[in-house]
Formats: sequence, C-alpha cells, structure tokens
Amino acid sequence: MTKRTGSLALAALTLFPALAFASGAIEGDVKQQATNWHAIIMFVVFVAFTMGITYWAARRTRSASDFYTAGGGISGFQNGLAIAGDYMSAASFLGISAMVFDKGYDGLIYSMGFLVGWPVILFLVAERLRNLGKYTFADVASYRLQQTPVRSFAATSTLVVVAMYLIAQMVGAGKLIQLLFGMNYSSAVIMVGILMVCYVLFGGMLATTWVQIIKAVLLLCGASFMAFMVLSTVGFSPELMFEKAVAAHAKHAAIMAPGKADPVDSISLGMALMFGTAGLPHILMRFFTVSDAKEARKSVFYATGFIGYFYILTFIIGFGAIMLVLNQPGMMETITKDGKQITQLVGGSNMAAIHLANAVGGDMFLGFISAVAFATILAVVAGLALSGASAVSHDLYASVIKKGKANEADEIRVSKITTVALGVIAIVLGLVFEKQNIAFMVGLAFSIAASANFPVLFLSMFWKGLTTRGAVIGGFIGLATAVVLIVLGPAVWVDVMKHKTALFPYKNPAIFSITLAFVTTWLFSVTDNSKSAAEEKAKFDAQFVRSMTGIGASGASKH
Amino acid sequence: MNEDVLKKVQSNPKFKELVHKKTSLGWQLSIAMLAIYYGFILILAFSPSTLGAPLAPGMTMTVGIPVGILIILSAFVLTGLYVRKANGEFDQLNREIVEEAQQ
Repeated sequence: MTKRTGSLALAALTLFPALAFASGAIEGDVKQQATNWHAIIMFVVFVAFTMGITYWAARRTRSASDFYTAGGGISGFQNGLAIAGDYMSAASFLGISAMVFDKGYDGLIYSMGFLVGWPVILFLVAERLRNLGKYTFADVASYRLQQTPVRSFAATSTLVVVAMYLIAQMVGAGKLIQLLFGMNYSSAVIMVGILMVCYVLFGGMLATTWVQIIKAVLLLCGASFMAFMVLSTVGFSPELMFEKAVAAHAKHAAIMAPGKADPVDSISLGMALMFGTAGLPHILMRFFTVSDAKEARKSVFYATGFIGYFYILTFIIGFGAIMLVLNQPGMMETITKDGKQITQLVGGSNMAAIHLANAVGGDMFLGFISAVAFATILAVVAGLALSGASAVSHDLYASVIKKGKANEADEIRVSKITTVALGVIAIVLGLVFEKQNIAFMVGLAFSIAASANFPVLFLSMFWKGLTTRGAVIGGFIGLATAVVLIVLGPAVWVDVMKHKTALFPYKNPAIFSITLAFVTTWLFSVTDNSKSAAEEKAKFDAQFVRSMTGIGASGASKH
Repeated sequence: MNEDVLKKVQSNPKFKELVHKKTSLGWQLSIAMLAIYYGFILILAFSPSTLGAPLAPGMTMTVGIPVGILIILSAFVLTGLYVRKANGEFDQLNREIVEEAQQ
C-alpha cells in the first residue's frame, strides 16, 4: 500500500452528500496518487472489449428504433442487469461502503431508500410505460395531450436532470482517476467524454446496454468475492464480524444502531429516492428496450434482486473494512484539515472498499476493483447521454419542430449531433466544476425527477382529468420548486454560497415540491374548461385499454 | 386502435376482471411496500433505540440488522409475487381479451 501514501481530505460524509455519493459524486479535494499500472491495464482491456462490442452493435444499429431502444430486443434478464448497472454506480459502491465504514448501520438505511422505489415502479408504472411509450417517457406523458407544450416540458426537465447527473459523474470521474489510477483530472474528464460519445454515437442503445451489463457483472463478481473473503476471516459468523468491528471502531457499539436524523428530512429523502427513481429519464427509457410488458416486469424483478444483493454486499464490505483495514499498519495517515490534525484512512473513507480489495486479494485484485469502479462511470454517462440525445431528437426535433413529420434518417442525425454536443458540454462542465462543491447535484437531479417528471407521468396514466394545461403548469412548478428550495437549503445556501444559515431548513425538498406539483397539476386541470381539455379527457379510455392490454403497443423489431 | 376494437375490449367482462385484479394487486403490494419502508423510517425517527437494541442479551448484533436485511428481501419477494401473478394469470387473461377483440 505504500504507493498510495499521500494526503487527501475527502469531505466528511454528511447526510445530504451521502445521497449524492450513493449515486454519483466523489467529493472534496483529492490529491493525485502514484500511478497504478494494474488498474490502468485492466481498464484498457475493458475499454478495448467494450469498443469491440460497440463495433458489433454499430452494424446492427440502423433504424431509429435500433438507436433509441436496441430495437426492443433486450431480454428481461439482460435489462434487469442493465438497470441494476445504472444504479450501482462507482460512487454507490465506494460511497455506501464508505458510509458503512464511517457510521455503520446508517449506511444500510441509505441503501434501503435506493431499493424500495423499485417494487413500486413495477406495481404501478413499468408495464403501463412499456405499453404506451416508444422511445422516451414523454411519449407516455403526451399520449393524449398536446404534443408541443408537453414534450417541450418533458425535454426541458430531462435535459436539466441529465445535465446535473452528468456534471456529478464527470467530476466524480476526474477525482476517481486521481485516486485510483494516479492520472490527472483533465485527462480523465476528456477521456470519459470521448468514450461516452463513441459508445452512444456508433453503438446506440445496444452498445450502451451491453457496456452496462458487462460492468454490472464485473462489479457483482468483484463485490461478491470481497464479501466472501471478509466472511471467511470470521468463519462465516456475522456476529463475530460485528464484535470485531465494534472493538476496532472509534464509535464502538454506536455503529450497530441508527444515528440521529430529522423526521421530515428522512421522509423527504425517502420520497425523493422512491419517486425520483420513477422519474429519471435514463432509467425510464430502459423499459422501452424490452419486447413487451412481460419482459418489462421481469426486468424490474431481476433489477431489484441484483440491487438488493449488491447493497447487502456493500454492507458486509463496509464492516469488513472496519475489521481488516481500519488502524492496520500502512493503512492510516495523519493529515491536517482546517488546522486540526486528524487520523484517517489513506485517501479518505471513500477508499475503504479499495483498501479492502488489496487486503483480501492483493495488488491484482486492487487493480481489478479500481478498473471496474472507473468503468462504471463510463457506463452510466453513456446512458445519460443517450437519454439526453433522445429528448432533443425525438421530443424536440421530431415532435415539436417537425410536428411528427420528420423522416427517420434526419431524426437519427439530430440524435448523433446532440450526442457529440453533449459530449463536448460534459467535458467543458467537468473541467469548469473541478473545484466546485457539487454534492447537491445528484440530489437535485433526483428531486427534479420526483417533483416534475413523476407527477406528470403518474397522473397521465392514472387520472382521466389530466389536461395539457395542468401537466405543463404543474410540471414546471414542481421543477422550479425543487430547484429553488435546494438553492435556498443547507446544501447550496450554506455549503456552496457560504451563508450562515439556510433560508429553507431541510436538506431535501421532495416532500414539499412533490406535493405542490400534484396539487397544482390537479388544480390547473380541473379548472381547465377548454374544448381541447374535454377532448383530452375523452381520449383516456382508449389510452387506458392500451396501457392495460398492450393492444397497439410498439413491439420488438427483428434483426 | 379503432373504435370497434375499443368497444369490444371495454364491454368484455374479462377486461373488467383483468383491470380489477391487476390494479388491486398493484395497489395492495405498493401499499405493503410503502407501509414497510415508511414504518421503518418512522421507527427510525421517533424510536431509534428500538432498532439499536441487542438481538439477544449479550449479543453485538442489533435488532436493526436483520430488520434491514428483511426489508431488502421483502422488496425482492414482493416484486417476485407480482411478476408471478402478472406473467401467469393476468397475461393469460390478457391474451384471451386480445384474441376476442380481434375476432
């Protein structure tokens, strides 16, 4: 481990950044580490292999349906892995295991919040979404409403969510590569941007999905091996593992019990995670890659299983790190932070899983885990880019500008131009935000998805009375409320803008912004007495029959 | 979908049965999941010591650990229940509805 000595101070995990961590941001100042050749070589092998897949996928990607949804030919099992892959980000692996390492039980609470949204998505959203939509969630939201305003709204909120997520991932990639590979920040950001564009531009959804599947399998295997090795050191007795961890940890028995949390914040965070998941455009688009409602259901079942299993593994890994890494010779360093001397894990708590990889599997395995952690970011940004590109080409270009009369070749061309533009924007933003505190960004993405996309999507499928006016006004109010309350809350007003106290006391606004979005959508729909509103309500029955039976739903194209 | 097919489906008693079964199961399971999770959050907020108590006298493992693992498993089991029911019984019913509508 001597090559990883160096002092770095990652920001302490507070509640809100934990949300950001768990889904994509590596925070704080990071000092470049010594070059880790094992990791770099394994990462190059991963990139070479996925480029091969992209080449294979490019030859099968011709129509718009191929590009956006892999022709609807992904199986439920494969899609389940891909969805799980979207969820098991590098930061979720490193961040949640770090949180368990620091706080014990609280880490498990967070992973639960990320999981319990999935069953609800299955029961209420998944098959209706598959039966009604084609390429984007806006297809569903605008099914019986006016195309121009509803798709403009959906595309706007999609792009905002994608931008927030992308910035978090790019900055995370830059910091991870300094930590894991010992390479510099800018080279990481540029490399991630270019590879992301290559996967999406040439391979479309087929390549994007397979990159995600491969990474998910590698990550699950690596984490399983680590958890197995941890348990084998205690003779597979969890009780013995907990005893040893409690003895080693400075907080002692407190790591076995939940810490203090504000009830409003906890419930609000739970709502943001649950409904945000059901409103994230890059997750929703995965439901269009399977052939029918049956496969859509299966994919959520498999995804829930993989994600739940993964979170149990990270819990064991966190405790394993307390037991095998904490206070071990060569694993700790003393740094000066804000004028105080603190002793921490070399590289900070986020490195807990990485150090544990070394402790249980040696240098080669350390390289493997580092490479997988970085590959994960690539897979996630590719999905984000594709989702942003389809919002521009399918919703804005084909439906709003060309009024549904665009030809397919032009639509694909716009998609590809957008992909390249998103790559350039992502690189620029990644470089601009290097020194910024971006902990709030993924939280903001989840809150916007929960407060803008989810209410509109949900009401369009479940409530006959929804009208264009209600959807657009309510959706934008949800979007604006989420953004404003986060800016006025502790995450931005205090942590970023350095004011003393926050104007809005809660870290997570979801409970307020989701409620407001539902109420205003309802209000502006029921007071809408226009002729078009009446027509929209009349179309609900046909939409309902299709959402239930799948009659008329777009099927899989054959290759 | 044309008017004719729409009418046929809507007037088919099997469609009403499908809608009733599918929606009630969906909502029941959703409420079960929400109750489990928010019940846990409320215990966490108002009585954290319940979860922090040892599982048995003298043990290091607390009540919260198996509860947490069980909630994760419950999510998986609930999705499994729904998928089994929907991909079997509901899809069979659905196939009949679609066939009858196209006659």
